[in-house]
Amino acid sequence: MAKVFIYPTTSLILSDLVARFGHTPLSAALQIRDRIQTPGLESPPLQITPEGPKKGLRWAAVEVPSGVRGRMSLYGPMIEEAEAAIIINNPDFSFGCMGCARTNELINFLIRKRKVPILDLEYPVNDEEGVEFVAAIKRFLDGLNGGAA
Amino acid sequence: MTQYSPRYAGTVTKYIFVESPDMTPSDLAIRAYEISQGVMIKETCFGLQVTGNEDDVNRIIDSLRMLDPSHIFVKDRGFPPGDSRRCRANLGGARPGYFGHEFEIGLIRRVSKGLESLPARKPKDTPHPPAPSRVRKLDAARLKKIIDSQES
Repeated sequence: MAKVFIYPTTSLILSDLVARFGHTPLSAALQIRDRIQTPGLESPPLQITPEGPKKGLRWAAVEVPSGVRGRMSLYGPMIEEAEAAIIINNPDFSFGCMGCARTNELINFLIRKRKVPILDLEYPVNDEEGVEFVAAIKRFLDGLNGGAA
Repeated sequence: MTQYSPRYAGTVTKYIFVESPDMTPSDLAIRAYEISQGVMIKETCFGLQVTGNEDDVNRIIDSLRMLDPSHIFVKDRGFPPGDSRRCRANLGGARPGYFGHEFEIGLIRRVSKGLESLPARKPKDTPHPPAPSRVRKLDAARLKKIIDSQES
């Protein structure tokens, strides 16, 4: 069973397919849960304390905005832990008030730098693409350690 | 700053989404309540949230998935249900994260189609998934040439 980093990190589709085909999806929810379930000082809404941006210095330089460094304290450990990655390019919903374009770029750069097996995709726009999308993910996951192949 | 003590520490929460022509979230909820055995089940408009210890939650999910495997989708959630930092009852408007779900649920029937077609697919068939478009961006050297040509 391999640990598979998924991007977008909140993706329902990727999270489900990775778990369904027998691997462990590394999604943002696991890191958020870790913080939400750790006692300490109250820091709503995500329990990200001033420690977050400090931890983020491992992946982003000090002059990088604290928002990017805080986000990297969530995603950085998952990138380091990942044994493979599935990336959906250009997801509309990861950009905007809830996302951060610079963090997204940094995540994509760092995961590619890890040289782990990566599957690059786009969201399917019709049924035929959906069929190929699922088949490609299954084949990729079957080829990993602990996969069906 | 005030002290923070987490509720439901040591539990996991998972979302179960159902997008099926044969099953509604309330059908799924009834089945989940039957086998819940102390695990917290919350019915939502799109499916369920299940909170409890990991083994119990996985047992319920495995059992529910069998009802309609290609139309039931599961993902982890960081917050427990009804958490005041996330619940729209306290915030007003859609819950943060809802828009991502709304977007993916809009195209999940294509994924269901893909799951249904997997058994009929030959193992040797090479998939041709939607690949990212490789639009060439302006090269820095080319940009410099353009600037130089304008200056001279």
